[in-house]
Amino acid sequence: MFHLQTVTQWIDEFLRTYLTDGWALFIEFILIGVVILAVYAVLALILIYVERKICAFFQCRLGPTRVGPFGIFQSVADMVKILLKELIKINRVDPRLFRLAAYLVIIASICTFGAIPFDKGIQAIDFNIGVFYLLAVSSLGVVGILLAGWASNNKYTMIGAMRSGAQLISYELSCGLSLMTIVMLSGTMQLSTIVEQQAYAWNIFRGGIPAIIAFVIYLIAGHAETNRGPFDLPEAESELTAGYHTEYSGIQFGFFYLAEYLNMFIIAAIATTLFLGGWMPLHIPGWDGFNQVMDFIPPVLWFFAKAFICVFLALWVRWTMPRLRIDQLLNLEWKILMPVSLLNIVLMAIWVIWII
Amino acid sequence: MKIIDELLGQLPFATIELKDKTYTVSVPKEKLYKTASYLKNNPLLSFDFLMDIIGMDYGDTLGVIYYLSSTRFPSYIIALKTTTDDRENPLLASISDLWESAGLYEREVHDFLGITFVNNPDMRRLFLRQDWKGYPLRKDYDASPELNPVPLCNEDLEDMENMPVTEISVEGERLEHHRKLFEAEDYVVNFGPQHPATHGVLHLRVALDGEMIKKIDPNFGYIHRGIEKMCEAYTYPQILHLTDRLDYLSGTINRHGTCLAVEKGLELEVPERAHYIRTIIDELTRIASHLLGWGCMAMDMGSITAFVYGMRDREKIMDIFEETCGGRLMANYSVIGGVMNDIHPNFQRKVKEFIPYMRKMLKEHHLLFTGNPIARDRMEGVGYLSKEQAISLGATGPTGRASGWSNDIRKVEPYAAYRHADFKEMLRTDGLTFDRYIIRLDEIEESLKILEQLIDNIPGGAYAAKTKAIIKLPEGEFYQRVEGARGEFDVYINSRGDKYPYRVKFRSPCMTLVNTLKAIAVDTKVADLIMLGGSLDYVVPCIDR
Repeated sequence: MFHLQTVTQWIDEFLRTYLTDGWALFIEFILIGVVILAVYAVLALILIYVERKICAFFQCRLGPTRVGPFGIFQSVADMVKILLKELIKINRVDPRLFRLAAYLVIIASICTFGAIPFDKGIQAIDFNIGVFYLLAVSSLGVVGILLAGWASNNKYTMIGAMRSGAQLISYELSCGLSLMTIVMLSGTMQLSTIVEQQAYAWNIFRGGIPAIIAFVIYLIAGHAETNRGPFDLPEAESELTAGYHTEYSGIQFGFFYLAEYLNMFIIAAIATTLFLGGWMPLHIPGWDGFNQVMDFIPPVLWFFAKAFICVFLALWVRWTMPRLRIDQLLNLEWKILMPVSLLNIVLMAIWVIWII
Repeated sequence: MKIIDELLGQLPFATIELKDKTYTVSVPKEKLYKTASYLKNNPLLSFDFLMDIIGMDYGDTLGVIYYLSSTRFPSYIIALKTTTDDRENPLLASISDLWESAGLYEREVHDFLGITFVNNPDMRRLFLRQDWKGYPLRKDYDASPELNPVPLCNEDLEDMENMPVTEISVEGERLEHHRKLFEAEDYVVNFGPQHPATHGVLHLRVALDGEMIKKIDPNFGYIHRGIEKMCEAYTYPQILHLTDRLDYLSGTINRHGTCLAVEKGLELEVPERAHYIRTIIDELTRIASHLLGWGCMAMDMGSITAFVYGMRDREKIMDIFEETCGGRLMANYSVIGGVMNDIHPNFQRKVKEFIPYMRKMLKEHHLLFTGNPIARDRMEGVGYLSKEQAISLGATGPTGRASGWSNDIRKVEPYAAYRHADFKEMLRTDGLTFDRYIIRLDEIEESLKILEQLIDNIPGGAYAAKTKAIIKLPEGEFYQRVEGARGEFDVYINSRGDKYPYRVKFRSPCMTLVNTLKAIAVDTKVADLIMLGGSLDYVVPCIDR
């Protein structure tokens, strides 16, 4: 297996031969920051392009075709446009909170992004409470959304933010509970360990029925967390024009836009890490030849392939389903998903104690 | 009809004329309310559908014509007329407590002719700004721009929220007071004039309690073009071009109706071939309009893919139009006496190809959206409209039929080639959002059946009758009803023997639909309001005329 870790280790050794430990660490921190931001931005561009193409496919259209071959540079052009756009100064907003909201949303998203193990050792932070960290940091985003709705001083944004608050806080519950099911199975919260454990059977296979239930619940609840259709009530463009980010323009709007796409990827990445073996190739115990062939494919590719399959599922749902109403949305969470997740935890306990 | 004659004979103060199924009943203005209430509430007559209220300026007197239709005898019409001599302070009794739709119609008459209706709870102007000077449809209206300069500021919300009410006390004194539209603590949100879900430039002011809707106040007139006023200065063939711009999604049907009204006046024999072609074009328009209505409703509920599907299939019809009529959206096809050109050689083949294609695609539409559990959950049990309410609100077309009100003009009073086609009038009884949704898809199927029967049997001969170069309508009033895609579209032409009409009025099916939205969306959620708007499928240029 070719791990990206070999590259990072080489950089580390290279720096340490010329610099003291402190300076080497300092430069590495900067490097990691730059790399994360760059990957974050590039991934967003790719995701926007992918979404536009897939959406066009569902809608019997062609999607972007003009900029570059197959329109692949369309999102680059859009990025340049959004960077150059004027930030419109809006009267009667709370300017500090208004700006802060956009930063909060994107910071929460980037912090989560940093903790995802893309490959062995390719992970900015690897705690022993990794799952906790993911849940905690990703839920910071809701503060940004609420602030955006409040600071804009607009009735649409206010309704959007309130809907968003109700929605995100509710769906965080089943999200967390379904992740806890996997923590019970793994016995650890450290993401790297969780991935290592799945070397011979991904959690979704190892955990049997409760893991499958948890996976489905996580996909639904996670999808709801990203504020995308059929759960796009906070934005609901046919009702609230653009919901909580109605008043934003230029790159401030761009931050919300980026965060929305990356959150979709992050949810897919977490699902990949916890349920689908993360960067671990598909191994079947006993089939050594097959396992070796699988090992030739680099783990990073495995990771992104799995994550993009989850993203595709999300897009599929997004472009097929109509939007839920707020009471139906909350009913789904509190009357169906939550009780099922709680039961599922019990089921997983039984599974862990008696079956494995 | 004998029974109507007899019962109308019980009104001693009224003068009654009968001319092919239309009774003209003229009453003095003091007896107006009594007559209207008698016509509506007498169970043997039950003229309970108020089609339109038409304000008239006869020169020295002002008048109002109420067009009524009966659910018992749907093909009979009563034109209830009254006049007032007072041009300074014209007062007439309001019938807004008899019909829910009357309030809005009376506001329109008030706006354009300055007639004040006593006891109407909301006597604001409807289309023009509250500070507009003069009444445009009066013959002595001063249109000089100095009097009404282009406004440089928005209309004051205070003005828009003050509802003047005029009452007459027991002593005969005129009393005026104002009511407030919203309470001080209401959370009022503006949906429109620029909003993704209002299907045009409609302004809904909505009082919310959290997500629940407490009150809706529609504001019209943002794209009012004064078509009825323009018509008074145009010749009859010129007027036809304006009708396509009313409800632009069923433009050919509007134009067909206007042509029929003029032909009625001229007593012109239209060739059978023209009738067939017009009917086929009308049905294609109806399919296109329903497809767009379906797609828009789905989009209002958040399913953008469905909208694109609807547009995709509609495109086929637009292509057929382009070949034959030259226009896509504004077909400009019917003319007085027939149609503009003969059909394109490919027309019949393309329509015949379209029919099986559309049937296949309808299945796909059902698969994508009708069967979707989220869509079903949202549509079922929301937005109940009873049959009585639908009649009282004048919610014609698919909306009324979804509530069980049989009001299809194609069946009631067959015009053009509809009498040669065998088709069912789609009726449902529940009156819920889902019924309004599904009835449109069912009607597409019926329209396909009509097309199938007519397309192979287009008779030969001329496609248009010869008309004079200058068309002058004989003196009289001509009223024609046709079934538009969203409801009954009526044309009223009052001619004084000139080449210009004296007064033209178009019944807008959409205006009553917005009024319906006002009635059924209370106590639903914001998301439902948008969806209900989609299910009623109104088009704003049709309201604003």
